[in-house]
Amino acid sequence: MKKRKERIDRGIKVRSGDIFALCSWREMLYLSGPRLFPLIACAVLPLVLDTYWQRVLLSVAIFGLLAISWDILAQSSMVSLGQALFFGMGAYCSGAMDHYWHLSPFITIPLATIMGGVISTILLLPVLRLRGIYFAMVTLIIPLMLVRIIEATKILGGTEGISGLTSLPSHWIELYLSLAALLAALFGFRRLMDSDYGLVLKGINDNDRSVMNAGINIYWFKAQALFLSSAVGAFAGALMTHVYMFVGMPVFALDYSILPIAAVVVGGGGSLAGAVLGAFILVPLSEALRALGGLRIVFYGAFLVFFIVALPEGIFHFITRKYHQFERWVEVEK
Amino acid sequence: MFVGTVVYALINSVILLLMAIGFNLTFGISGVSNFAYGAFYILSAFVTWMLMNWIGVPYFLSAVLSIIFTAFIGAVMYRFILIRVRGQVLSEVIATFGIGLIILEFFRYLGFVGIEYSLPVFIDHSFVIAGTYVDMQRILIVVFCIVLILLLWLFIHHTSIGLAFRGIAQDERTALTFGIDSDWIAMLSVSMGAALAAIAATVVVPLGTISVGEGYDVLINALAVCIIGGLGSTGGVIVASLVVGFAQRFTDTYIGPHWTMIVSLVAILLVLIVKPSGLYGKQKELEERI
Repeated sequence: MKKRKERIDRGIKVRSGDIFALCSWREMLYLSGPRLFPLIACAVLPLVLDTYWQRVLLSVAIFGLLAISWDILAQSSMVSLGQALFFGMGAYCSGAMDHYWHLSPFITIPLATIMGGVISTILLLPVLRLRGIYFAMVTLIIPLMLVRIIEATKILGGTEGISGLTSLPSHWIELYLSLAALLAALFGFRRLMDSDYGLVLKGINDNDRSVMNAGINIYWFKAQALFLSSAVGAFAGALMTHVYMFVGMPVFALDYSILPIAAVVVGGGGSLAGAVLGAFILVPLSEALRALGGLRIVFYGAFLVFFIVALPEGIFHFITRKYHQFERWVEVEK
Repeated sequence: MFVGTVVYALINSVILLLMAIGFNLTFGISGVSNFAYGAFYILSAFVTWMLMNWIGVPYFLSAVLSIIFTAFIGAVMYRFILIRVRGQVLSEVIATFGIGLIILEFFRYLGFVGIEYSLPVFIDHSFVIAGTYVDMQRILIVVFCIVLILLLWLFIHHTSIGLAFRGIAQDERTALTFGIDSDWIAMLSVSMGAALAAIAATVVVPLGTISVGEGYDVLINALAVCIIGGLGSTGGVIVASLVVGFAQRFTDTYIGPHWTMIVSLVAILLVLIVKPSGLYGKQKELEERI
């Protein structure tokens, strides 16, 4: 008597997949719940948390943005090991504009977002043709090299960095600005990836040569995806610069490259929502583990290995499946 | 000064080669990029140290024991973790990197930091070669490395396991049809890579102290050499370690120590842009770029 597991869509999923979704509040809630939940959470959480956890929430938003930026790149066939490049570019752009030209943060942040995106894209333009692990290696090396160059040439403050930058008017603005950016990026890019444009990007990931065959210039599309993703990363960097009121070599640190990848691994790639969910799990977890001191990173590593091996699809896909489908054991027919 | 720089550059190249050879072997045979490589290096050094100072095992016996232990850990890592993500490059990288983090940071947590954590040199003696002092350990490293490369070559080309290694490196599925158990052979290759890291640690670590940070540097150096030479190509790794070794020493002496790392990073970047599979890489053109 062997049994197997069978997965069937829930009735409510089938009903709410059509105009019949409008037939009752239950169906409408089923559809809108998962979308309203992050909105409400982001609006309410800052109000109920104390100052320390508000800082944690801010870095959740920052790492969430970086994870989104990683996921956009990964969905368009570019696996990056160096989100720190985008983060650091944004941070240095806004820091330098603030320090040398004394612009207001509300001008430097948007400018740095664009500039950081453009510079990172131009830096990576020569290697757009590389695939897979080779592209990843280049992105891993560029931030490491930029750090050493800043150290050796002592430009932009050298090893000391630039401190004493202007901060945003209040920490509520910092918090809500970052959360709003996170939500806008999450929903905006999810929509973008579902459109025809996103389809081309995903097509490049699945089979680049067949997309070329369709007469589409994939390098142009890859460059655009690179710009979108690096602009998101640069925004995170620019915002963080004004929060810390400091920009220096740590902005190119490996943390900013590793943590977003870890967030996507834990949350699940390919949906952007998984990336954000991963950030919401990992960043507070690493804060909670801070009491353990050095052992924290050990747990962190163990966590990564566990997720890669045991739940490779990520938490988000697991939850989605449970939400849409139910499972039951059935007998295997002879 | 010039001759001295050349001598030290040569020794530096040999050290780089020793550090990279295990990483390269594992990748060349099974395609697993073992990012826990630096951690294995440090692990074996600490195991040797612990055996010597806590239990009192003689130096050479403890070195051999720690090499066997590290090989065993490598096999365990493959058998229980890597086998589940085999073939998914990114997952392999993240899983092995996670294991490396666990090992290295656990040692840091236990407080294994300081100059008392060092291994003795084999023979304490030094020479003068062309007006430069060179100690016995460095000479031994060069000799040892040459012997090791020869032994590895013999092993790969004249034993049945070596044949199986070359078999799965060429085509895993075809190798399967010839009755080669690819999982078993891949496990052996990961474990041998770990053992080579341990061997490198045994001969190189006596030059300095055992530090956790060294683990990450070893990984970066091994990666640099392997990328420049071409992942999986032994000849390429030898050439690349010479290139990087000389470049590092010469910039260190004539330009300044700040630029040492930049030179090797720029070298990697240029190689990746111009010829992604390295100087002697065997990857096919379409796998690396479109």
